[in-house]
Amino acid sequence: MNFDFSEDQKFLASEARKFLGAQCTTAHVREVLDDDAKSHHEGVWQKVVEMGWIGAAIPEEYGGLGLGMLELCVIAEEMGRALAPVPFASTTYFFAEALKLAGSEAQKSSILEKVVSGEVVGCYAASEGPGNPDPAKLKVTFDGSKISGTKLPVTDGDIATHAVVLVKEGAGASLVLVDLNADGVSRKSVSTLEPTRSHAEITFDGASAERLGAAGEGADLHDAVMNRAAVLLAFEQLGGADRCLEMATEYAKERYAFGRPIGGNQAIKHKLAEMYVKNQVARSNCYYGAWALSTDAAELPEAAAASRLAASDAFWFASKENIQTHGGMGFTWEVDCHLFYRRAKLLAVQAGAPKVWKEKLVSALERKNAA
Amino acid sequence: MDFNDTAEEAEFRAEARSFLEKHLKLKDANTPRRPSGEDFLKRAKEWQKTKAEGGFAQITWPKEWGGRGGTSMQQVIWNQEEGKFEAPTGPFAIGLGMCVPTVIAFGSNEHKKRYVEKALRGEEIWCQLFSEPAAGSDVAGVKTRAVKDGDDWVINGQKVWTTGAHFSDYGIVLARTDPKAPKHKGLTMFIVDMHQQGVEARPIHQASGGREFNEVYFTDVRIPDSDRLGEVGEGWKVALVTLMNERLAVGGSPGPDWKEIMDYARSTGTISDQAFREKLADWYVAAQGYNLTKFRTQTALSRGATPGPENSIGKIITANQLQDICNSAIEMQDHYGIMNDSDTMPANALFQQSFMWAPGLRIAGGTDEILKNIIAERVLGLPQDVRVDKKVPFDELKQG
Repeated sequence: MNFDFSEDQKFLASEARKFLGAQCTTAHVREVLDDDAKSHHEGVWQKVVEMGWIGAAIPEEYGGLGLGMLELCVIAEEMGRALAPVPFASTTYFFAEALKLAGSEAQKSSILEKVVSGEVVGCYAASEGPGNPDPAKLKVTFDGSKISGTKLPVTDGDIATHAVVLVKEGAGASLVLVDLNADGVSRKSVSTLEPTRSHAEITFDGASAERLGAAGEGADLHDAVMNRAAVLLAFEQLGGADRCLEMATEYAKERYAFGRPIGGNQAIKHKLAEMYVKNQVARSNCYYGAWALSTDAAELPEAAAASRLAASDAFWFASKENIQTHGGMGFTWEVDCHLFYRRAKLLAVQAGAPKVWKEKLVSALERKNAA
Repeated sequence: MDFNDTAEEAEFRAEARSFLEKHLKLKDANTPRRPSGEDFLKRAKEWQKTKAEGGFAQITWPKEWGGRGGTSMQQVIWNQEEGKFEAPTGPFAIGLGMCVPTVIAFGSNEHKKRYVEKALRGEEIWCQLFSEPAAGSDVAGVKTRAVKDGDDWVINGQKVWTTGAHFSDYGIVLARTDPKAPKHKGLTMFIVDMHQQGVEARPIHQASGGREFNEVYFTDVRIPDSDRLGEVGEGWKVALVTLMNERLAVGGSPGPDWKEIMDYARSTGTISDQAFREKLADWYVAAQGYNLTKFRTQTALSRGATPGPENSIGKIITANQLQDICNSAIEMQDHYGIMNDSDTMPANALFQQSFMWAPGLRIAGGTDEILKNIIAERVLGLPQDVRVDKKVPFDELKQG
């Protein structure tokens, strides 16, 4: 057994951290936050594309680096830590993974290479309103060639060129691929709690679409995409949570009150120790998720749910207590705490809120222990 | 990242497994959780001897001391496999996990020859005599005195919360040798023969009903200077090594976990309750997080790292969770949950036993609060608590 990333993977992590530390600072994040017209940071996105990270887990035959899911996990952690304001998750964890899972050879060879080059920006459209999308109750329909209906909210739906959409087809559900610049597609940006990641309402009115995978396979494919994305999102959450702990720790050491650093008080020390414990619980679960993801293990459903739940809890706790540790300063627009607080909430509800994943986890445990 | 055994690990696992199958029964639902008594002690000694003879006791210790000279990963594999069987291991946890490693680290060659292998073979049991009535979390505040008299030291004082003192043969005792020095400077560590004149262990009737812990009284107990561990006045340094090993050793699986309460909830119908299901998920995630953290630690150890203060997270997670799970198990059946009458509700007993044990687990081996301080100070590098006693001679400190 070896429960750690390899030296090469750690090197990739440190290179990614250095790169993002210089090229994707919170000043870049704020450029998007402070400008309503900006949906993402084009400069950062361009550089991420140039680094080849989108293709980290895409096979070389489609132009990717052909590394593996572990490498993508490592990059995801750093993207989360940097709060990268770019459509990386949408394009890579959701869109590209859906294509890799369900796409035909023709679909993969025509699209994936363009994903790697940045020509195609992808998104994944499942939600149709409050609550987790239930494949049995979808309102967006597909008749074999055209789709109709509205998806809301779709992360990066306004900047993506293509979408993978969960649709109702006959009595079942399917996944389809849609060119968002084609006729019959209209999009409207929607404002959210987290303005550094853009969201849209997409309405399809008889737009052309092609099936991804077989008809009626949508529910299973959707589950598979969610399990994969859950692990990758969990790494982003882990990166964010760790950065919050660092920020809070640094501040607690340098901020003086009552004649000594506030970090000398047990109320603050214990708060930060709890953050550390939650982050370790998240990190260990994430590693297990990464292992399950990279080996296509039968344990993936439990591992994905556990990594996502642990990381959601850790990031939420770390982001709120980071503000608290910073006191009044932490509540100002100028201090970065709220950027993490916003992102923590987005990542916790994107792809299903903790309640949804708790149910998935317990159902998986029940199935596993049925015998 | 690989969870599968390497070829060598698989071979070791098979060997361990067949050894265990030869000697023990697999655990089942009727396996008692926290057995005790003379008969259990006898079985524990026999099992320890069997393990030692089979080369499975203290797998990472060198062969010259009766160990296997194996890897920490082999120890993990052994623990995993042994955990599936009805193995009576409890009485040796403190001696082999904490005391004897301290003897190995600070003892003379004579000490090691005399004590290590006998402990490993289960012939002698050890206890750790640190805590006192006024020195719990503040361990360095011990008052038990050791006064030099010729070639001996004479010990007087009282220890408390000493696990297994009543059946132990030897102990390591932290005593004050210089009350004029600040509290951390005036301590010295000794090996003590628990059967000698003047040592009296009195079991404490605990809140849980059990009697595993003791008060130990020392009245004019003579210890030869040759049984000192470390230098005079360096006892705190020695104690820290013991405490570090303690934090690695405690925080295992102390009682019913998510799996057991899930089974229980299925039998009572509570499994369909949404609030319960959410809690179950939380317990699984935390328990899994801790188990996997141990794998990360083991991976680091197998690459030559030393166990660090980050291991303090284990007991914070497991002790709280145990308390919470048992609390929920009792509440699950409303008024009915209070009963553990063996005719009516035998299943309740398991959770109730651990419910009463959990408060102690949150204190033993460092309270939650002390463990959080350790993480804050030694992992995160936050300032130490204000310590008004640090430079004051011990005999001038306020006490109460």
